[in-house]
Formats: sequence, C-alpha cells, structure tokens
Amino acid sequence: MPVAIAPNPEADLDVDEPRAIDEGLVGHDRVFHASARTVGLVVLLLILCIGGFLGYQGFPTLQRYGLSFFTETRWLPERDIVGLAAVLVGTVEVALIALAIGFPLAFLTALFISEYAPARLRTTLVSLVDLMAAVPSIIYGLLGFAFLQPHLIYIARWLSEYASWIPIFRVDTDPHAAAWAQSKFTASAFIAGIAVSLMVIPLACAIMRAVFSEAPLGEREAAAALGATRWGVIRSVVLPFGRRGVIGGTMLALGRALGETIAVLLIISPAFEIKFRVLTVGTMTTSALIAGRFGEATPSQLSALLAAGFVLFLMTLSVNTVAAVFVNRSRTGAGTDV
Amino acid sequence: MSALGVLTGRRPSVDAAQPRTRSAAHLEAERVSAWFGDHKVLERVSLTFPNASVTALIGPSGCGKSTFLRILNRMHESTPTAKMAGEVRLDGVDVYAAGERVTETRRRIGMVFQKPNPFPAMSIGENVIAGPKLTGVRLKGASRAEVIERSLRRAGLWDEVKDRLDRPGGALSGGQQQRLCIARSLAVDPDVLLMDEPCSALDPTSTLYIEKTIQELAHEMTVVIVTHNMQQALRVSQQSAFFLAEAGKPGVVVESGPTTQIFEAPTDERTMDYVNGRFG
Repeated sequence: MPVAIAPNPEADLDVDEPRAIDEGLVGHDRVFHASARTVGLVVLLLILCIGGFLGYQGFPTLQRYGLSFFTETRWLPERDIVGLAAVLVGTVEVALIALAIGFPLAFLTALFISEYAPARLRTTLVSLVDLMAAVPSIIYGLLGFAFLQPHLIYIARWLSEYASWIPIFRVDTDPHAAAWAQSKFTASAFIAGIAVSLMVIPLACAIMRAVFSEAPLGEREAAAALGATRWGVIRSVVLPFGRRGVIGGTMLALGRALGETIAVLLIISPAFEIKFRVLTVGTMTTSALIAGRFGEATPSQLSALLAAGFVLFLMTLSVNTVAAVFVNRSRTGAGTDV
Repeated sequence: MSALGVLTGRRPSVDAAQPRTRSAAHLEAERVSAWFGDHKVLERVSLTFPNASVTALIGPSGCGKSTFLRILNRMHESTPTAKMAGEVRLDGVDVYAAGERVTETRRRIGMVFQKPNPFPAMSIGENVIAGPKLTGVRLKGASRAEVIERSLRRAGLWDEVKDRLDRPGGALSGGQQQRLCIARSLAVDPDVLLMDEPCSALDPTSTLYIEKTIQELAHEMTVVIVTHNMQQALRVSQQSAFFLAEAGKPGVVVESGPTTQIFEAPTDERTMDYVNGRFG
C-alpha cells in the first residue's frame, strides 16, 4: 500500500532546482585521481615545453629571414642563405610515397588478420607485425640502402619507362641506353619512401586491426545470417565501423613518416631544389637536414636548424592531433550498443 | 533449389519485388549433436518443422536451444571450436552436404537475434534492402521501394516508419528495431525464419506486436522460435519441443509435439514440471 511521505518541515518547498552532489571520492580513489591528473598534465606540459623551446630558439632565424625562410630552396648558412622550401617539399614527398606504399599493405594485412586468418595463425601474425615496429630505424635504413636499393632501381627504371607520362615518374636519362645510368635512380625520394613505408606499416596496421576486430559481433552475425559472404560482412559492417580507425591509423602513419630521420638520411643524397620527379637521385627532408647538419653547426646555424625543427614539430603535431580525433571517435561513437 | 537452379548452378532470378508463390519448404533435423571444443552440448536431436507453422523451442537456459537453432542455418560453424554432427534437411536436401553453399542456406533460412542488431550506419530503408544487396540482387527505383514497403508491412512496421525511411535505423525504439530486423530478414525472401528469443529485450507492447507479426508470417513460412516465455510459446506456436540438459550432460529433446499437448498433457514428468514453472 502506498504511503505518503511527510515533507521535511525545515525544507523550503518552493525551491526546485538541481542539488549539488558530492562525487564521493575517498581514500585511494582520491590519490589515484590526483596522480592520474598530474601525470596527464606533465605530458601536456612537456609538449608545450618542446614547442616553446623550439619556437624560442628558432625565433631569431624566423625574424631574420622572415617569409623567405619558407620560399628559399637553398640551405647555405655560410652564405647567409637559408630556406625550407625544397626541404619541406622533400619531406612531404617521402612521407606520401611511404603512405602510398604502406597504406594498402597495412590495410590489407589488417583485414586479413582480423577477418580471414585462421584463429591459430592470428596471434602469430599480430606479434610478427608488432615485431616489425620493434626493429630500430637504422636497421631499416641499412636494409633500404644495402639490400633494397640495388633492386628498387630496376622498378624505378621500369616506372620511368612505362609511366613517364605521369610527370612525377619522369627521369632525365635514356632507359634504353646499353649502359643505363643506374646512379640516376639511386638515393631518391622513392627509395627513401619505401624504407619509411616499412616503418609505418606496423603502426597503421595495428590501429586498423584493433578497430576492425571491434566491429560488433551482433552486426557481423546479422550480415552473415542474411547470406552475406565474408567480403559482404566486411563491406557492410567492418568497414563502416572501422572507417575512422582507418583514417586515424593512416594519419598517425603520416605523422611518423614526416618525422622519420635516420633511414632517410642513410639513403638519400642531399639535393636542395624543389623537384617533383621522385624517381630521380637526390632529395632532402627536414629531419634528415637537422640530423645531418647538427654536428658542425655554429650558434646561428643551430638556430636555423631549430626553426626547421619547429616547423616539423607543428606539422607532425597537427597531423597527429587530427589522427587522434579520428581514432578516438571510432572507439566511442560508431557503435550503437544499447 | 528449383530445377532451373540445379541446372544453371545459380539461384533463379526471381523478380525480387514479387512475393514468390511458395511450395512447402520443409525443414527437418536428424540426429543433430553439437560440441564446443570437447564439450558436448547437444545430443542427437531429431525434429521436424512442418511448413507454414510455428514451432517453439522451450527449456531452461543452457540446454542447447540456441545452439540447435544456429545449427539449422549454419551460423553455428562461425564460432571457433564449434562442431556438429547429424543432418539438417531443407526440402530434403542436407544443408551441410558438400557443395551446398553456406550463403545460400543462410539466405533461405533467415534469423532474428535476441538483441536487435540493425546496421547503425544505414538508414531504415537501407537496412531493409541490405540483404538483397549483400546476396547480389540489384534493386533499383520502384522495385527497391516495393521490397522495402512489402518487407516492412510484413514485419508490421510500415505505418510507423513510412515517412522516415531515410533516417538511421538505430534511432528507432527497441521494439521497432527488432521489427526492422525482421523486415530485413524477410527482404531476402527466406523459406524459414529462425527467431532466438526475439522478445526477451522488449517491453510487453512491443512483444505483442512481434507475436502478431509471427502469427501472420506463419501463414506463408516456417517459423522456429526459441523462447523462455511459456505464455508466448502457447500464444504463437502450433508445435513445441522441450529441451533439457541434466547436470553435466548434453542437452536433449525430452518431448515434442503439438503445443497444446505439451502444455496440457505432457507425457514426461519433467515437461510437466517445466511448463508449470516448477523449475528452470
């Protein structure tokens, strides 16, 4: 039987607004909360410090050269000519080549592992891909320089021969010459890009695979029960669910590719000119420039290098931020679990 | 598969917009056993599902009803370590026989799951025609609209959603989502519809709607429903099968027959106890 509750005689009956509710954190909850927040803030502070340091150190350079720092192609600090134009183009070229080769490989590997590989093989494949990420980049550099390059120049020649109607594949040499100019095809953005692609594949693949395998079982079964093939399940459930993960993983890979240093430095031969013919010998990237010139830099040259580092920092930071937004949304927003 | 289908090795291209004139699709399971790894969960279950009627599978949790249901349309094998024995015959043809395509079996034997699972990225209309699209039937313009309307009408959802077919399916209420899933199953024109506790996540009103839908569907197709709700089994089914797994043993069918007989005059004492709510 319902019983009416007598109102508290002290309460103001006219007040009807939201109450303040104590979160009720006690003891170790409070400790954990505080330490987690502190660590998070420290990480944020670190990033701000790095950006602040680079900006502060590079500021004299930016002030001195102004806009020409971004339009000048040559890097001749001893003649007071310093500019990033060619270097930035090279950086983006190498990163995009790495992505063009790495993306399809990472995407298909991730799909294979999460959708097609037999369960027994799956864990092995996952750890193999993760192992790829554990190989130091100097090893990839050596691999690219000593092992891949001698083979890749044939692919480069083939591309220049049959795909030279695409301007970026053009090379100023006669591919049919009896003794073709092999050195024209070495140390190029193309070869550096391939070495970098090996480094970004595990990162992109791991993220895509994780997102694919999170596709809800209920929806997978719904598609299968309608008579869908495996590819049908992938197309109707896995890819729509994992779309943001694919984009995010690719962007993170791009961020990594933009900053990759040692492997690129080992492979390329420096060339400070804006060129879009990626198969031709010579290019330069921002990080390789810094690593290469850092050792013998005078204080003013150091400032120029740090300014270059600042630009690279801003590039990768923004790419990674966009990537993180995509990856996080794919985890929280795409499912409609009730 | 029709004679034409056998000759060409392909599904005859029926006009998907038109309901097929149905010959009796007869489903029977013979000596079906099931394992997960080395653990046997189902022991030699033989059941016949007459055409154009509803069969209820009842029994306490963990007795293998759902596993049995998933064996009927070959969803069982998608679980790692799942194994089965026996035969499932659809119109006399064993669906597990070599050369039988699993996708075609699943198209002919549709399934509605316990939890409504519409595709969240698709609109209501796209959800309905997802099946035809996935099985390679191209639907355009008028025939597409016709399949959507006919399927939604059969699922009893048309009047509620006809003005918002392009809205996301995930925005519907739970009961509406479940009817959307039924409509989606019907759009591929199955001969049999399997339902795994389709109302267990729904409120009483939605349950009533779905039961009405089931009764109407049973005029033209074979329906097999797993339910924990005795009243529901009584309301919608003509046949019932009582599953039971005794401690440490795989599930078996204790008794099966006309629903009225199972509920009013069961021959086995355990059936009597269960339908009267004395255990399970």
